[in-house]
Amino acid sequence: MRRYARNDNTKMIKAKGIIKKFKVGDSELVVLKGLDIHVKKGEFVAITGRSGSGKSTLMYQLSLLDEPNSGDIIVDNVNISKLNPQEKTQFRLRELGFVFQDYALIPELNSLENVMLPLLMQGTDKKTAERISRIALEKVGLLDKLENLPSQLSGGQQQRVSIARAIGHSPKIIFADEPTANLDSETAETVLKVFLELSREGQTIVMVTHEKDYAMVAHRVITLSDGVIADNTTGENKFIS
Amino acid sequence: MLTEEEKEINKNKKRNRVLENISIGSFLAYRQVKRSSWATTVLIIFVMTLTFLNLVVVSGILVGLIQGATDAVKKSYISDISVTTLKSKNEIENSPQILKTIQELPWVDSVTARYLTGGVIEANYKTKIKQTDTTDEVSTIISGIDPASEQAVTNLSSFLIEGEYLKADDTDKVIIGSMLLKKYFPVETAGFSTLSDAKVGDKVRITIGVNTREMIIKGIVKTKVDEISRRVFMPESQFRILAGKNDFNVNEMAIKIKPGISPELVRDAIKMTGADKYGKIQTFDEAKPKFLTDLINTFALLGNVVGSIGLVVASITIFIVIYINAITRRKFIGILKGIGIESSAIKTAYVRQAIFYAFIGTALGCLILFALLKPYFDANPIDFPFSDGILSVTISGVLVRVGLLMIATIIAGYIPAQIVVRQNTLDAILGR
Repeated sequence: MRRYARNDNTKMIKAKGIIKKFKVGDSELVVLKGLDIHVKKGEFVAITGRSGSGKSTLMYQLSLLDEPNSGDIIVDNVNISKLNPQEKTQFRLRELGFVFQDYALIPELNSLENVMLPLLMQGTDKKTAERISRIALEKVGLLDKLENLPSQLSGGQQQRVSIARAIGHSPKIIFADEPTANLDSETAETVLKVFLELSREGQTIVMVTHEKDYAMVAHRVITLSDGVIADNTTGENKFIS
Repeated sequence: MLTEEEKEINKNKKRNRVLENISIGSFLAYRQVKRSSWATTVLIIFVMTLTFLNLVVVSGILVGLIQGATDAVKKSYISDISVTTLKSKNEIENSPQILKTIQELPWVDSVTARYLTGGVIEANYKTKIKQTDTTDEVSTIISGIDPASEQAVTNLSSFLIEGEYLKADDTDKVIIGSMLLKKYFPVETAGFSTLSDAKVGDKVRITIGVNTREMIIKGIVKTKVDEISRRVFMPESQFRILAGKNDFNVNEMAIKIKPGISPELVRDAIKMTGADKYGKIQTFDEAKPKFLTDLINTFALLGNVVGSIGLVVASITIFIVIYINAITRRKFIGILKGIGIESSAIKTAYVRQAIFYAFIGTALGCLILFALLKPYFDANPIDFPFSDGILSVTISGVLVRVGLLMIATIIAGYIPAQIVVRQNTLDAILGR
């Protein structure tokens, strides 16, 4: 399945010349204008910028949810532009974890089942999947909410279940798209602390956020403006209340 | 070029992936059904039950209608085996000997012999004032029977709606069919008349050939079979006197055989005695009126057409249910695909749900059919003019329809899932 690129152990993501255009009526809107981006193994990168700057679009390209019009993306030494749709699905399942703005939990599955789902899809037996999922939910402080359906959880709790689902199968990278956008500041802090903790354990994280303060918890903050990188600075990698 | 070992590994991987997809599909389907709205689930199952019943009951009643007519002809007229006159003869020659032979056969329960001839029945002749007044008369078939034998074979007395049944020693009594009376059959068309006013106890004049005799209406019979409802019955001894008949050759015989005996076996046994030289010996299936066979075929075809329409309606119902379900969950389908759940697992989830609804709906339908509708229609047949309409269903027929419904369900569940799953993952997640 893998189309291996030149081995470079220090880089988890290498993206070069990423161009993404959208058709708007008869005209074309270029959202990403030849971006180059690198993310190191274990690095926590925050992508920020104003609305319409292209930050979410960039994340979708890097996480294989969308395809750029041109450019190369290499994730964990695999040139993902060479993968077919089924291989991309498999790659997302095994190597990536996702946290969406609106939690994106399956409403009919309880917390434990939501976390178990990717593991079961990977062929993990039910018992093992359950054990791993419990550990993941414990990590996000929700061991007492295993049987709760998403509708029975608060926004912050749902987002933490979503993080547990993203980390349950030990992915190489976690992509988080505006994970705090729907949360109040107190709950957002709880969620960010979880990311921070994961980062300290060596987890590679790419987080998109429009909140500059939240972006600062990352090792590095990439600011996009009008489809290009406007700033690439070092973050605090700690939570500042 | 792959080695055999690599091919085997790939094959195993593929098989495992298919199994994983089925397993995940079932996992999702089970939870979706379990945690979906109770009212919605009940409604979908109710629709499926009605769809199944529509598939089975409509065609069952259509076929049952004719089956009822066929059963009526068998029960009240032809019975299991009939002996009728040969084309070249007016009567069954050697009737007494044939009758004796048939009665001696161990498989025969009872047999009735009927004398038949054309005649006229006239009523109200005493109130006729002028010679030019219209005569209240009807041309019909006069039948001479042994009341006891006829009763044993066709249970004729059970069709009495007025009066009493005949006795063998009745000398001046007749039973007349309801279709000869305007009161019961108010239809007057050219070539089809009825007696305007005749009731039990009234005197009527019966004419056979040149002989006329005044007789009393002892009873009126009404059956679903026109041949019986348009006849006049009298004891055979009186018939022979009135018809001036000196021999004992009858015109038709109806034979009732013991339960579980093959009619073909008895027919062949009768034929082997040489009786077929004097009469046409047929089982009920051979002797029943051709229009009944044609009607059964036509109604079966109609039933199949209605059933097919029902099947299409069922498929569309399932399609709509699954499509609405899938389209309203488009975002979650996108999320599932986004986190790496394969499309085939998601499609499996929807097909499994469709199968679940169809299975429960069909099972409930079968329960209603065999525990409620079938016994009800058997006990209370629909009263059609020519038939007691029953619900004609067979296990094999129901199984075929269950199978067809399941196939339709799988297709109707798969297509909408495929439509929704095929959509772009990111568009589905973002609701674009």
